[in-house]
Amino acid sequence: MIDITNIHKTYITGTNKLHVLKGIDLKVDAGEMISVMGASGSGKSTLLNILGILDNHDHGEYLLSGIKIEHLNESKAAQLRNKYLGFVFQSFNLVSFKNAMENVALPLYYQNVKRKKRNAIAMEYLDRMGLKEWSHHLPNELSGGQKQRIAIARALIAKPKVILADEPTGALDSVTSQEVMDILTDINKNENITMLIVTHELDIAKRTQKTIRITDGMITEIVKN
Amino acid sequence: MFDLDRWQEIYHVLKKNKLRTFLTAFGVFWGIFMLVIMMGSGDGLKNGVSQNFGDMATNSVFIWAQQTSVPFKGFTRGRRFDYENADVRALGDAIPEIKFLAPRTNVGGFNGSNNVIRGLKSGAFQIFGDYPVLDSIDPVNLLQGRFINELDVKEKRKIVVIGLRVKELLFEKNENPINQYIQVNGVYFKVVGLFKSKRTGEAASNDNQRIHMPFTTCQKTFNMGDAIGFFNITSKDGIPVAVVEEKAIKVLKKRHSVAPTDDAAIGHFNLEVEYNKMQGLFFGIRVLVWIVGIGTLFAGVIGVSNIMLVVVKERTKEIGIQRALGAAPRIIISQIITESVVLTTFSGYFGLTLGVGLLEFINYLLEKTGAGSDMFLHPGINFNVAITALAILVVAGVVAGLIPARKAVSVKPIDALRYE
Repeated sequence: MIDITNIHKTYITGTNKLHVLKGIDLKVDAGEMISVMGASGSGKSTLLNILGILDNHDHGEYLLSGIKIEHLNESKAAQLRNKYLGFVFQSFNLVSFKNAMENVALPLYYQNVKRKKRNAIAMEYLDRMGLKEWSHHLPNELSGGQKQRIAIARALIAKPKVILADEPTGALDSVTSQEVMDILTDINKNENITMLIVTHELDIAKRTQKTIRITDGMITEIVKN
Repeated sequence: MFDLDRWQEIYHVLKKNKLRTFLTAFGVFWGIFMLVIMMGSGDGLKNGVSQNFGDMATNSVFIWAQQTSVPFKGFTRGRRFDYENADVRALGDAIPEIKFLAPRTNVGGFNGSNNVIRGLKSGAFQIFGDYPVLDSIDPVNLLQGRFINELDVKEKRKIVVIGLRVKELLFEKNENPINQYIQVNGVYFKVVGLFKSKRTGEAASNDNQRIHMPFTTCQKTFNMGDAIGFFNITSKDGIPVAVVEEKAIKVLKKRHSVAPTDDAAIGHFNLEVEYNKMQGLFFGIRVLVWIVGIGTLFAGVIGVSNIMLVVVKERTKEIGIQRALGAAPRIIISQIITESVVLTTFSGYFGLTLGVGLLEFINYLLEKTGAGSDMFLHPGINFNVAITALAILVVAGVVAGLIPARKAVSVKPIDALRYE
């Protein structure tokens, strides 16, 4: 599903050059659930951003579901993100003026699905997350766990091939964290969606099939859990 | 197609900082408001001054006789002469460009001694001997009765058409002047018509103190023989009256043995030239108003653009989220441009409405108090100008949104997402 070879990324700020990724090779099969661990600044988020086509790599090759990701214009990138990828962020990143249902429906809005239809689909996903009664609440009326479940529903609605989660439990307490992980594992199992989770919590990483450790921009360890 | 999500977003953005939205909108509002007020006032000025012409044909020239200043054909200089009835035919034959030719004789003046009497009342008025064709050159509002007709001229009937002021001075308030008799320079005339000037202010009050009688009646009754006071000539449509003026003067000089070089002998006044000068002035005012108005509007639009930049910066993260979820750049761009257009169009429309409203109110006051003068009348802007202004607003809104929109999508999605 994801196949990257020798990925390099350097950030240039003024005269400073920061070589963040120094040749990453990684193969993720369809349906795998993988966690990425590493210290702050190790490059794990950068890797996730490149995989999410939110950022571009300098060297190397990236194949997403067989499509070569290189020199894409922003329209094409947006289309690929919409079709193949679902994002779950640490800070939820819900749109503040849209209610839970509208937030979930947003990816379908960009596919020009009619409002009635996409809201109906969004309600199904909210129901699966156990948040049907909250569908008309705004994000600031919801708890952290609820918000993250809405974000997951939003990541799922366009039926992506891969879900990329950047510290999905970073802002949640341990009980809620485990609940969110339950949901993610369920989705991985039942829908066969490939999942990449960046985390620095060991007990979260333990719940995935494989843990990749990144140190100073290189993959130093791959552990099967 | 109506897109609820888009309007929800616009509403949210504009509502978020109400004062800021209001102040930005005010910039555009003020621009269009000023434009409307200035345009309206310019038109008011134009209407006021144009009204001095009434419905008079502006392609008119007046030609009268003065004293010669050059000796010619045995005549000394300083000779006085009169035009005569035969000149009318001669002018008509010699100049095909003439549309209307109205000779006129006159008796007395409103500054002179009282020359018109009715019973115990009397007044000093201008008396003109006219042809019915006058009604085509310098029409009046006929309030009662009729104007002079061909039969009146042919039969030299002793009838008069009087101005409103004449009636007021010679008749009782509720008296019907039609078929009553007034005494002009000692001779009785029957009143057949009552008119009111189409002009305003001083010009109107002059008009309303006039008495018109058939041309032939005037010549005969007051023993003028063949003499004509002056000619009022208009040219055919599309031909400058100056052409007619020049030819007519040439013909008249020849017929009255005036030296071709004598410019003082024949008096003439070309209304068209004066009218065109005035039109030029109003055109100038109009251009100036547009420049100032567009300038003010432009300042407002820059304000909108500025605020949109701030909004885009504030919403960087939100836009980043939308892009991560698959919003293509054109969606973001059209969203921001729509916001900008909505802001300018709404505030502009409000400015337009209020401006027109104010003009209408001034108009209402002017009419109610009768304060409309020679200089200012019926301020207002025409529909086309309003539509143009609205079109300008929409275009301005697009332009104002363009730079901020480009900025919004120029950021990499990841940088937008990280923005705090």
